[in-house]
Amino acid sequence: MVFRCVNTRHPLNQFRDEMDRLLSGVAEYTATAGLWPRTSRGQRAVNLWEEGDTLNVELEVPGLSSDQVDISVVAGELTIELNRPGSKEEGVLFHRRERWFGEIKRVLRLPFDVDADRVLAELHDGVLKITLPKAENAKPRKISIASVS
Amino acid sequence: MANENTLTKPPAEESADQERTRGGRHYRPTVDILEKADELLVVADMPGAERDTIDIQFEDGSLTISAEVEPRQPEDTEYLLEEYGVGDYYRSFQVSEAIDPGRITAEFAEGVLTLHLPKAETSKPRKIAITTSA
Repeated sequence: MVFRCVNTRHPLNQFRDEMDRLLSGVAEYTATAGLWPRTSRGQRAVNLWEEGDTLNVELEVPGLSSDQVDISVVAGELTIELNRPGSKEEGVLFHRRERWFGEIKRVLRLPFDVDADRVLAELHDGVLKITLPKAENAKPRKISIASVS
Repeated sequence: MANENTLTKPPAEESADQERTRGGRHYRPTVDILEKADELLVVADMPGAERDTIDIQFEDGSLTISAEVEPRQPEDTEYLLEEYGVGDYYRSFQVSEAIDPGRITAEFAEGVLTLHLPKAETSKPRKIAITTSA
C-alpha cells in the first residue's frame, strides 16, 4: 500500500464515537417507530431546521451538478434523488475508494404543509440547500376573541 | 446523531499539528486514491469548503490537506434533524511513492478537491531492453 494513514486517535474522539455507537440504536428505534422518516441503507445525511415561515433542508452532495439532483414535493413528503456516477477510469489502481457513488434516494416527511410552487433549491460548493415556505394554512394565526356583551 | 446507516462525515482521527485559534470539531474528508501510470490522483470530498481556505502541504513524503469551514448556520439554530456537522477538514497521508513535489497540481470544483501527484522520473516503470550477446 502506498498510503498509510496517520492514526493517533484522540481520546475525546474515541469517547464520542463510543457514544455515537450507543445512541445509534435510539436513532434506529425512532426511525422504525415512524417518529421520523424511514431510513434506508446508504442514505445521505440531512440537516433540517425551521427559520421563520420556512423549512430548510441541507445536504452535502460534493461533485454533483444540478442535473444529477432531483427534488420533488408530493403529499407532504420531500423526495431527494441523487445520482453520483463512480469513476470510469480504466487501467488505474485504487489505493482507496471511500467516496460514495451510485443512486441515492431520501424521503422526508414534512412536519407541515408547504407551498410547493415556491420551493427553492440551490447548489453551492457541493452543498444543496432546499427552502420550503410554509403553506398559508400552516402559518400561525392569531385568533382574536370577540367579547360578547 | 449518526445513525449506523447514515453516511456522515467521519471526524478527523488526529488533531492538527498547530494550535488552532478557533475550536470545534474537524472532519476527515473521504478520499479516493488512484494510481495511474505517471501520477497518483487524490480525490477528496470537501463540501462547503472554499478554494481560498484550502491548504495543501507536501513535505518529506507527508501530504496534508486541510480547510477552514465556517458554520453555515448560527450556533443557536434548533435543528429538527441534525445528522451531520459542519467544520474544518483535516487529513494527512504518508506517500511512500517518489513524487515530484514541484509539479503537484490541484483543482477544486463543487466541493471536490482533485490533487495530481506526478511520479518522480525515477519511480516510473522503465522498459529494460534485453540485448542478445552473440
